[in-house]
Amino acid sequence: MNLRRDAFQAIADPTRRAILLLLASQSLTAGAIAASFDSARPTVSKHLQILTECELLTQEQKGREMYYHLNPVGIKAIADFVEPFRQMWDERFNQLEALLKARHPQNPA
Amino acid sequence: MEPKTRVKAEDGQQDLLITRTFELPLPLLFTAYTDPAIIEQWMGTKVLKLDNHKHGGWQFETTNAQGQVVFRAGGVIHEFVPDQKITRTFEIENAPFGPQLEFLEFESLPNGAGQLRMHIVYRSVAQRNQQLQLPFAKGLNLAHNRLQDIVGQLLTR
Repeated sequence: MNLRRDAFQAIADPTRRAILLLLASQSLTAGAIAASFDSARPTVSKHLQILTECELLTQEQKGREMYYHLNPVGIKAIADFVEPFRQMWDERFNQLEALLKARHPQNPA
Repeated sequence: MEPKTRVKAEDGQQDLLITRTFELPLPLLFTAYTDPAIIEQWMGTKVLKLDNHKHGGWQFETTNAQGQVVFRAGGVIHEFVPDQKITRTFEIENAPFGPQLEFLEFESLPNGAGQLRMHIVYRSVAQRNQQLQLPFAKGLNLAHNRLQDIVGQLLTR
């Protein structure tokens, strides 16, 4: 199963939130970011990949180093006012789906 | 994987498009709009009237533990095609929102999943935006508020 890739998924993880806070005031290399966390380097790299895919970070190659910057546009999108409304409907429809599945267990789509 | 429910609300427009793909076959999904028992369970409201045909109408009512009516909504049915389409109005009684026009379209996807597309048209842009902000107003989304705190911290540094 593919992980959902959206900004909300990205910041559901405390380490990823901490990475964003760290980058809020400065751009850093992957190595410098990893040095700030107890997690293993590959774990931090994975988090950086997810944050980049969700457009919360941008990458910039400087010589041999890859720098990560916060993408304010992506961050602002999180505060988008449509999202809570979407979540409300999602929750509502999830309940409906669960109800109908329970009533008709022989009927998977 | 895409989120199951998508909402499209363009700036300055007075409509919304809500799309949801269910892990349910279409005929079963459609019963969520035609079977009063399912509606009552799903929406937690009592079905007073449900005449699903052209020129028909509907009315739902929710009462609290003391038996007082806390919510009543209703509307008329303009178009009803089983497993395909419902066109109706929706209005909450004694509320400042006014009626909205809803086009519900149902489709069976190639993988057997049922998809619902709800196109909702409001009287004005302001009224639509008021609806969008309802979850905030009702405090339905504490997680979102937490996010806003985080984002706020990020944006003010």
